[in-house]
Amino acid sequence: MSEGKKTYWKGIEQLKNDPTFIKNSQNEFPEFLPIQGSSDNSRRDFLKMMGFGLAAVSAAACEAPVKYAIPYVDKPVDVDASLPNYYASTFSMGSDCCSVLVKTREGRPIKLDGNKYSKVSLGSTSSQVESSVLTLYDKQRLKYPILNNKESNWRAVDNFVKDELTKKGSKKIYVVSHSINSPSTLDVIDRFSKKFDIIHVEYDTSSYSGMLDANEDSFGIRKIPYYDFSKAKTVVSFGYDFLGSSFNHTLFNKQFTSQRVVSRDKREMSRLYTFESNLSLTGANSDHRIPIKTSHSKIYIAELWNILNSKIGTSRDYINYNKSRKDFINLEILNKAADDLIKNIGSSIVISGSNDKNVQSIVIMINELLRNYGNTIDLNKCYNTRKGDDSKMVEFISDLEKKSVHGVIFLNSNPVYDHYLSSKIRDALDDVPLKISTSDRIDETSVLCNVIAPDSHFLESWNDYEPMDNHYSFSQPTIRRIFDTRQSQDTFLKWIDSKENYFSLLKNNWRKKQKLLKSNEPFQIFWDSLLHDGVAEIVDKNLKNRNPLPNSYKNRISEVNNILTLIDRESNLENFELNLYHNMTVSDGIQSNNPWLQEMPDPISKVCWDNYISINPKDASKLNVKTDVGTMTTNLLSLQHNNESYEIPVIVQPGQAEGTIGLALGYGRKLVGPVGDGVGFDANQLLDSESSFQNFTVGNIKLENTLKDYRIAQTQTHDTIMGRESVIQETSLDEYKKDAYAGKYQFKVATSEGYKKPEEVTLWNGHEYKNHHWVMSIDLNACTGCGSCVIACQVENNIPVVGKEEVLNRREMSWLRIDRYYSSDGDVDDLQALEIAAENPDVTFQPMMCQHCNNAPCETVCPVAATTHSSEGLNQMTYNRCIGTRYCANNCPYKVRRFNWFKYHDNEQFDKNIAMNNDLGKMVLNPDVTVRSRGVMEKCSFCVQKIQQGKLLAKTEKRRLKDGDVKTACQTACSTDAIIFGDVNDNNSRVRKHLQVEKIDKATLKLKEERAYAVLDEIRVSPNVWYLRKIRNKKIA
Amino acid sequence: MLTRLTKNLTYISRIFSQNFGIILLSLLLSNMYQLSAQNEQDEAFDQNIVSSGESLFKGNCTVCHAINEVVIGPALRDVHERQSEEWIYAFIKNSQKVIKSGDEYAVDLYNQYNQTLMTSFDFSDEELNSILTYIKSESAKEVQVAVVDNIVEGGEVSSSISSDNFYLSLGLNIFLLLLLIFILFRFTNLSKKYVILKDNQNKGKLLDDDDKEIVDSGFKINEFIKSNKVVGIASFVFIAVFVKSCIDGLYTIGIQQNYQPTQPIAFSHKIHAGQYEIDCNYCHTGVNISKSANIPAVNICMNCHGVINTDKPEIQKILTAYEENRPIEWVRVHNLPDLAYFNHSQHVAVGGIECNTCHGPIEEMDVVYQYSELTMGWCINCHRESEINSKGNDYYDKLVELHKSSSKEPLKVEDIGGLECSKCHY
Repeated sequence: MSEGKKTYWKGIEQLKNDPTFIKNSQNEFPEFLPIQGSSDNSRRDFLKMMGFGLAAVSAAACEAPVKYAIPYVDKPVDVDASLPNYYASTFSMGSDCCSVLVKTREGRPIKLDGNKYSKVSLGSTSSQVESSVLTLYDKQRLKYPILNNKESNWRAVDNFVKDELTKKGSKKIYVVSHSINSPSTLDVIDRFSKKFDIIHVEYDTSSYSGMLDANEDSFGIRKIPYYDFSKAKTVVSFGYDFLGSSFNHTLFNKQFTSQRVVSRDKREMSRLYTFESNLSLTGANSDHRIPIKTSHSKIYIAELWNILNSKIGTSRDYINYNKSRKDFINLEILNKAADDLIKNIGSSIVISGSNDKNVQSIVIMINELLRNYGNTIDLNKCYNTRKGDDSKMVEFISDLEKKSVHGVIFLNSNPVYDHYLSSKIRDALDDVPLKISTSDRIDETSVLCNVIAPDSHFLESWNDYEPMDNHYSFSQPTIRRIFDTRQSQDTFLKWIDSKENYFSLLKNNWRKKQKLLKSNEPFQIFWDSLLHDGVAEIVDKNLKNRNPLPNSYKNRISEVNNILTLIDRESNLENFELNLYHNMTVSDGIQSNNPWLQEMPDPISKVCWDNYISINPKDASKLNVKTDVGTMTTNLLSLQHNNESYEIPVIVQPGQAEGTIGLALGYGRKLVGPVGDGVGFDANQLLDSESSFQNFTVGNIKLENTLKDYRIAQTQTHDTIMGRESVIQETSLDEYKKDAYAGKYQFKVATSEGYKKPEEVTLWNGHEYKNHHWVMSIDLNACTGCGSCVIACQVENNIPVVGKEEVLNRREMSWLRIDRYYSSDGDVDDLQALEIAAENPDVTFQPMMCQHCNNAPCETVCPVAATTHSSEGLNQMTYNRCIGTRYCANNCPYKVRRFNWFKYHDNEQFDKNIAMNNDLGKMVLNPDVTVRSRGVMEKCSFCVQKIQQGKLLAKTEKRRLKDGDVKTACQTACSTDAIIFGDVNDNNSRVRKHLQVEKIDKATLKLKEERAYAVLDEIRVSPNVWYLRKIRNKKIA
Repeated sequence: MLTRLTKNLTYISRIFSQNFGIILLSLLLSNMYQLSAQNEQDEAFDQNIVSSGESLFKGNCTVCHAINEVVIGPALRDVHERQSEEWIYAFIKNSQKVIKSGDEYAVDLYNQYNQTLMTSFDFSDEELNSILTYIKSESAKEVQVAVVDNIVEGGEVSSSISSDNFYLSLGLNIFLLLLLIFILFRFTNLSKKYVILKDNQNKGKLLDDDDKEIVDSGFKINEFIKSNKVVGIASFVFIAVFVKSCIDGLYTIGIQQNYQPTQPIAFSHKIHAGQYEIDCNYCHTGVNISKSANIPAVNICMNCHGVINTDKPEIQKILTAYEENRPIEWVRVHNLPDLAYFNHSQHVAVGGIECNTCHGPIEEMDVVYQYSELTMGWCINCHRESEINSKGNDYYDKLVELHKSSSKEPLKVEDIGGLECSKCHY
């Protein structure tokens, strides 16, 4: 059957036609008034309230409240009330950093956008970056330094620490941090260690030790090279989620999708093979996804080496492992992948997520054989964001246990929570006399310390970064320090009695750096340009070209032998294999107290406010797992490991490899703040603490069903859209090459004059948009489902967080959701066939927001004209007119309207919505967007505040609006350019060119782009959001 | 014959009372008409040069200078008679240079004004000429200037007199009218009595039945009040007035027109904007660039009040605020609800609307009050009536062209979506 006739289903429950699912799919809202959660108001209460209300209104009308207008005493030159200022700065948390542009209003940062000048992030952001601005206004941050569990001041802390540091004797002092890529910070640590002879240990919450060590062995540099997915025609990933939880996934997304976007002239795209056990974003976006046990990936890698070596290799180094192991692997698909790799010599990438040095060494050998070094992998540009060394951490812990440590400084790190040896560190810390943390809050590590010297937030600090060799990024404060915190670099300088503060040290370092450029520019101008651009590329010409380095042959034999023993050691097929991972929402848990991240649905499972065991449907039925989507109830599984047992909720996950389970890290925090504490299960305790390196794969897990019920919040099966072929359209590259219209769903309406296209049969008169006509195009081939647009929309539009209970009640508020559809090749009636396909479905992501229909069904049913049509094609929502009948939501075919069931601001019941419930959190709100009150409907506005702002800018400059003056928040955040927004009345606009608008007749677009389609075209609501058909590049033969 | 007379008299009195309202209105109108406008005097200067000089003067000089008053620097009336044009130009361009050159007059001036240096201005000779022309033209208004001062002081009195006159004459008119009605009634009654008396004397032969009916139909006040018609009309009027005032009352909830709060410092716009004609932009710096017009920061006050009137108690408040780094808590006069988005720069910079259009005669307000209703109806009404300031603005070119092809009316705000919800609500 052709690709276009697939059956799509949103989850197991739809596939099985679960009765509660069918019932709920009919209802936009799960229950009727009176709603659960509101008090039991009787008619009498209503009348009482009414009477009181009238009295109150008349009393209030007597005297209006006095409001004040308080100007500055001394107005800063460049701050004007209600005008935003933008500063280039750098996001930095954990080991990650990202160049950003900070939007400030009246001196407070309210939004982070990507810095377009950066060659490391290419101007895109991730959900972590977007939400970090709220972490700045987290009330949980320490307001002062802490000495011996008491509030203290900096002078006392400095004296105490300086005194203690001199008592060191023959013992050691450690500084434990995440990977630090800031040259000046490293300089400070260097000076500190010169004075006190300290040892600096770096670690990453998701360790790259294996890859780094393998690189060091092969090339002599312990760094991660620059992978260029935009040059790779074939990518083979063994359990490495480079589009999701990797260290620079925004760039990888951009590079990868540049090879995926097709057009009439470019009908070629790359092919991605993924071998993995958890269904990751990379797997979801791959053309061939092969569910395997992660422990088998080394056999696959070894076998891939053997295949390639036999076909194009010159050496005799085959890996002759036990032949019985070969049964574990799918040779057919591996051969296909090998063929593709050979076809694309020098333009492919093979990558593995294993943290085992030996496995990574084989991967290096494969890439070398494929001549990828120098082409798709560049050793001259290496990343500095992952440098952690597991063996050094092991050394540190053994020193702790030997009691030879006098002091330890946890530099913004929280290893007692997020290191795989956390339990050992916690136990051994008791005997250390001096324990210092620079954490911004009392967390699992700092609570054990005698000194907490809270660091400032990155938006309050000066810093420089070198995320990639020769590529620098700068941080400047965009707000005055909110609390009595101190940048940890300054703290270190104080402790070594330096007269310099960090800012002057930073400037001096750059004064020296400027000399490398041999420019005669005055330093101030150079420095100003660095801060203005936020990034710089400065090449030290003294450095030698590292590439190519074909000297790794000497290691080969030993690598092969090592992996051989690794493969043979593999045993035990009885029990489950657990694969831990960092998800796209809370990630490693540093920002667990950020409710935006907690409420962001996982891109795949659409679960929020929890982590969960993901399990294959077959295994689930063996364990007798009962899930009920109507009440969002699932079972708690008892997970048994190392004689301990834990109860964790389960999600049946199609695509999960049989015999494996997945579980996200970053949850179950105990000391992060009221939002994140106790959310989910702390999976760090399951990590193998006997291993010499961090291993996210844990074997020998026993599962039992406790049969206890647990309610898990999922946004997945709400807002169901039936009749899939007009919602999601896709085809294969081969079909597309033959016919660009392949996969198009052609709907015809039966009339008395024969069959007609929907647009020819309409009751509507059409519109005429004289000025602008705002249109959005979303390329499903480019959307990888990462979800940074979801958070960007939330920040820009003051969208409230409603909490787990309300998500369970299906009352989440997000204006932009990403629908994830699984598909299978089976027929709807053939349950048997569907079940087989369900094992490993294709995944399609579809961002869905208000479609701004020209013939909007919501507008016609509103009894108070609260939702109306604008002369620019926008569907306007007027909150103060809305009386909350919800007719519009009932009549919306896309189910994108959100109702304010409660007052989410200034309401103790929604204290997790910290952006609207305390004075500090409220600083993050966008002053240009109304905070909605209870009882009104809301929805995507196409960022109308930005449209108005862009128009005003053009008017004041007395010119026509240029394309790019108006960009929606989701468009700005999208790292893959999947979302393009603009004015189709402007002949030069990108969206017009992209959709190839042929003519516009009464606001109806006639497009030449074959892939474009409107969702639910048959009902002829004529949406202004266009989707471009998804194309997969499956290998047929 | 006599009956005719009485009949006619009764009719006249009725007609008169019926038309009382109309007469009252015409009287009122005639009164209002008496308030006439003042004439303006033409000047013998090139108005173009004067007006460009005026804008330069107001934009740059008014901070320290006035024509008739000593501000920070000397009053500039007749300055061209005190010194030569060359001297004045040199002084404006670089006063320090002139003082250092040892010019006696300049040094005296410098010492006389607390050794405050005048800022150097990089004007062209043409611009300097226009400023001086403006000063000359202002100086020529000498006689009027004195009067202006009086008017400023006595302005309120004169206007109150004229309005008093209005009410006085209105009252007088009403009194005369009532007197007339009273006399008419008396006259009718008297003539009726006279007719009845005569009739009685003639034993009822003087009047026929018709006449009798008229004479007997005396005005019986009790019956009249109790009649259904009167009760009906009265209760209708009462209910209508009550309901109307209730509705009006409800509509005023949240409307703060004429709201005039007391401010922490008795700042007078009348002195600053009216008397000294300081440009609004000088203090309200945001009005052309941003959403809010900006309440000026204390440092803007200090530009002048660092030296002017520093001993006055109200100015002392500014100085203390500045020294203690404590902002002044002005009471906000114009409070738009949060749900309405209003942007000053859209209206002032793009639309070219004068401040007074919405804020009223600010230059006459000692204490600022809210002049306009600031209701949605008020906004919408203006959007319906106002034409787009499209001249020289490329943004509107295409729109104007499209509009011209379909309509003869000028392009108004409502034609380009100025009445749409999300222009102000989002």
